[in-house]
Amino acid sequence: MANEGKNLIEILEENNPIDISKYMNYVHSQQCGAIATFSGTTRDAFQGKTVVELRYEAYVPMAVRCIESICSFARSSWSLNAIAVAHRLGPVPVGETSVLIVISAVHRADALDACKYVIDEIKASVPIWKKEVYANGEVWKENSEFLERRGELKKGCCGMKMFDDQDLGFFANFLVCSCTGIVMPSLLSSL
Amino acid sequence: MDVVAGEHEIKNVQKGGEDTSVEIKVLFFARARDLTGLADMPLVVSSGSTANDCLDKLISRFPTLEEIRGCMVMALNEEYTDESAIVKDRDELAIIPPISGG
Repeated sequence: MANEGKNLIEILEENNPIDISKYMNYVHSQQCGAIATFSGTTRDAFQGKTVVELRYEAYVPMAVRCIESICSFARSSWSLNAIAVAHRLGPVPVGETSVLIVISAVHRADALDACKYVIDEIKASVPIWKKEVYANGEVWKENSEFLERRGELKKGCCGMKMFDDQDLGFFANFLVCSCTGIVMPSLLSSL
Repeated sequence: MDVVAGEHEIKNVQKGGEDTSVEIKVLFFARARDLTGLADMPLVVSSGSTANDCLDKLISRFPTLEEIRGCMVMALNEEYTDESAIVKDRDELAIIPPISGG
């Protein structure tokens, strides 16, 4: 599957809610039997504390590059038609969507698997930050996915390529960094 | 004769002189910005300095950055970088604390 394809990546300025129908329309195609979506929404509580809102900021040009790279890797692993990714900046109140991923494909397995891959990769490597705001304080959040990936990022790794290694006799997914050749078990591995 | 010799010496210094420093732009995000109070700043380092050298200089200027040294990463010109990468004039170095997108 060619790496080039129809991708829409948008980092939305403050106070611009995500219009899901826009991205659904973007990926829609009569050739496709499936559209998979992931919507990340602000929860009302974290460890017993009431969350007022999340506030997002980003290193925008690099974030766009990273997401483009993630889309390329996704296309090299699954047969996909169109990919749309939108991420809000600024305050995102409880219940609202901060990140949206919409992917169309001929077959649902490709769309669903790619959708999970994209959000997992966004959480591991895209330079976007959120601050969790409570009634009596606020704290910068840290994705565990990033902390696990940090070793590779410090070596200048741009992203991870995924392949199935069925030659080992069991179904396992491995991530191979195309920059450094580092192989590590995928967070997506299943038995 | 002395004047000619003096001019010769001056010319030698001018020809032999090279830029021994480079100026980069440093970006601070999230917690890094909170710790330094700055979103960005210019940084002059000696030619041949690495990203790690730049970080050392930043931490000497903003000692509280040490708090995130163990969990941050850096990006050079919008790509994650190895600490040993050599910075060039007009490069953009980003201090990236643990991310939390999505």
